[in-house]
Amino acid sequence: MEGNMNLTLKVWRQKNANSEGRFQDYQVAGISEDMSFLEMFDVLNERLINEGESPVAFDHDCREGICGMCSMYINGEPHGPNKGVTTCQLHMRSFKDGDTITVEPWRAKAFPIVKDLAVNRSAFDRIISAGGYVSVNTGNAQDANALPIPKDNADDAFMAAACIGCGACVAACKNASAMLFTSAKISQLSLLPQGQAERAMRAEKMVAQMDIEGFGACTNTGACEAECPKGISLENIARMNREYYGAVLSSK
Amino acid sequence: MSNKLDAKIPDGAIGEKWTRFKSSVPLVNPANKRNIEVIVVGTGLAGASAAASLAELGYKVKAFCFQDSPRRAHSIAAQGGINAAKNYQNDGDSVYRLFYDTIKGGDYRAREANVHRLAEVSGNIIDQCVAQGVPFAREYGGLLSNRSFGGTQVQRTFYAAGQTGQQLLLGAYSALQRQVGLGNVTMMTRHEMMDVVMIDGKARGIIARDLISGKLERHFGHAVLLCTGGYGNVFYLSTNAMGSNVTAAWKAHRKGAFFANPCYTQIHPTCIPVSGDHQSKLTLMSESLRNDGRIWVPKKQNDGRPANQIPEDERDYYLERRYPAFGNLVPRDIASRAAKERCDAGYGVGASKLAVYLDYADAIMRYGKIEANKKGLHDASTQDLQAMGKEVVKEKYGNLFDMYKQITGEDPYSMPMRIYPAVHYTMGGLWVDYNLMTTVPGLYALGEANFSDHGANRLGASALMQGLADGYFVLPYTIGAYLAGDIRTKAIPTDAPEFVAAEKEVQDRINQLMNIKGTKSVDYFHKRLGKIMWDKCGMARNEKGLKEAIAEIQALQKEFWSDVRIPGDADEFNPELEKAGRVADFLELGELMCVDALNRNESCGGHFREEYQTEEGEAKRDDENYAYVAAWEFKGQSTFELHKEELIYENIKIAQRSYK
Repeated sequence: MEGNMNLTLKVWRQKNANSEGRFQDYQVAGISEDMSFLEMFDVLNERLINEGESPVAFDHDCREGICGMCSMYINGEPHGPNKGVTTCQLHMRSFKDGDTITVEPWRAKAFPIVKDLAVNRSAFDRIISAGGYVSVNTGNAQDANALPIPKDNADDAFMAAACIGCGACVAACKNASAMLFTSAKISQLSLLPQGQAERAMRAEKMVAQMDIEGFGACTNTGACEAECPKGISLENIARMNREYYGAVLSSK
Repeated sequence: MSNKLDAKIPDGAIGEKWTRFKSSVPLVNPANKRNIEVIVVGTGLAGASAAASLAELGYKVKAFCFQDSPRRAHSIAAQGGINAAKNYQNDGDSVYRLFYDTIKGGDYRAREANVHRLAEVSGNIIDQCVAQGVPFAREYGGLLSNRSFGGTQVQRTFYAAGQTGQQLLLGAYSALQRQVGLGNVTMMTRHEMMDVVMIDGKARGIIARDLISGKLERHFGHAVLLCTGGYGNVFYLSTNAMGSNVTAAWKAHRKGAFFANPCYTQIHPTCIPVSGDHQSKLTLMSESLRNDGRIWVPKKQNDGRPANQIPEDERDYYLERRYPAFGNLVPRDIASRAAKERCDAGYGVGASKLAVYLDYADAIMRYGKIEANKKGLHDASTQDLQAMGKEVVKEKYGNLFDMYKQITGEDPYSMPMRIYPAVHYTMGGLWVDYNLMTTVPGLYALGEANFSDHGANRLGASALMQGLADGYFVLPYTIGAYLAGDIRTKAIPTDAPEFVAAEKEVQDRINQLMNIKGTKSVDYFHKRLGKIMWDKCGMARNEKGLKEAIAEIQALQKEFWSDVRIPGDADEFNPELEKAGRVADFLELGELMCVDALNRNESCGGHFREEYQTEEGEAKRDDENYAYVAAWEFKGQSTFELHKEELIYENIKIAQRSYK
């Protein structure tokens, strides 16, 4: 026992994509406030294994808030109650002794459940494949400083590029829209001179792929921006819409 | 030199080798490329860049990653930057200086020809990344910005805030996804490589496990590239991602690939200290923080006062004191040992006493004054100066400071950070020749998975450089030397007996693991292995400790194979089974690391043997007897045979490494 917090967890358990899921209650004791939320789950899983039960499956990897793999929906919010952090960077000092915490997977048609709290987000990869790049083969680049880019544009592009592809925006959205994710990549590349040549085609193709994957529309609620652990701005969606309509109106 | 090791270094002067190689290496014509299949395991900087570049050339590529997307590979977490000899700052940088700094930083244990090539292509990497739209930091004039890193006296590090690895990986990932969309790469996510398939002495494919269904799959390739990263997780606690593992490299080792310099481990000096037994991983605070931060401990032992109540003259800025020429920017191995030395001597801070301070108070004031001057505020108050200085620091390091606050609950803008060294990177890896081929024909290792460029210690911002150099600019050329001789080989059907046998071997091992049905979790064994490694094969090693460690690890292997408990089934998504396979391999690797550390009777870079140090406590190399790469051949359980690749320095005078 490292700490003195006792908690009740209501955790979504689901064997695989084809089976029905349900909430299961667990009591965890002796939690330290210095633990991360995932380390609290490590404690639970260690106990479940020792008791011969099946541990809770959840996605995680870097545990420093950058890989975008962790994905829990905690008390009705993706990545939990704190602003600007992923679940792995959420620490138990954000909770109180005696709390009941509900933990669910991302819920969206385009993110089918793998098991328990783990989902399949490969739809995001396919959206990138549809146009989220600059078509430049290795070996074709000119000297990096031959292309000066105003600092403000570079900084704005960086802010959009900070997206970690975790899918919290989709999970937060009542329509399960992927507009924030898609718009961040479209914005990054439309703000930079390197992205100009394919600008119109990129917007059209990425938006089309988003629809094919079954993500919903945007109704300007702003939940995505509020829950994004990396502070990706709604302005990106506005920019994407301009890019998209501009592309559609001028397309041949 | 062992007759089993041929580094295949091209003839000629050091500056001409790579150019000459490129003009004479055999080529594969475009029509033949379409019939050649290449397997790439791992999608970090090395894997994603190699897979994309090979597909652009026309090869048929299959790429594998165990994560749910290739974008999640652990290169994403690299913070500080990427080196390149661009000399944009006009501060005297050159290909030769980058080459020299890397060899010296590696404590004269890296291969000259490979390192020079790395320095030569470093500039192309920056060009390529910018062309892809990687948003590097820029100055107001629109040109790229640089910063300093440890072990150098020029500013050659390119960066994107504290997220350089993320931006570089997303660049390589976008190039990869473009090829996936074009149908040139088949991407297999949530797949783990379980073994290499050998046919007629050549690597001809892999057995992979679909982590969702648990199904084993056979995949053919004319060549197999392992871009699977380092093995720092053998220590359980490290800055690596939870899933980072040695399994692919270790399976290759068991199939005949020699493992080189496994004992060279980089312990990074600036990480957030351990807070308790629940700790699952350690978080790095970028080395770039040493640009502006000052490291100190109290001059008095066991000083319990809060940092800001310790007056200036009672602080020991021990790096500035011991190494005036490089100060806080000494290389990582030196900074880490110096922190350990102070803590062991009783000067550590914080509750555990296993931490030192990294202080930004001076930097905040310095930047505040610069800002005040810019704005013409000549009578700004200390408070105003601090406020302006904090803004500058926030722009440079904001995300790192936020991360520190999130993890520790303390505000690093108002009190110094507490830091301590942690396992971060492994310089050792699969032995490769100049072409990046292992001792198994057709099997290559790129990036951190190989051993070649960093010697006994890697300099900061050089891992990103090496991963991308290997993937974008080296392997796409060197692989031609092998594949040009393989154009008549048709794709081998995966019902060939070698594939069937390899799959059975993997299946048997999974069955064996599942059937143990013991009493202890996988993590229980992993933590015990980590403790043995950290205590006896960590920042300091000695003969007695290493011998004990080998015996303890062998005992732990037996215990693991008789008492591990893996819940669930093998034919489902089962993270515990995945971990068990990886820990089983770490248990074997850990033993080899100790064997290697015991063999190397000298101190160099990240390998510090307590018996071999100068009077001032600096590492003491033995160039007469140990100027070689130790490449180990697997000869059966706990049996490894040493082969030596002699290191010859023709272009750099080998000297004691001094940063004083």
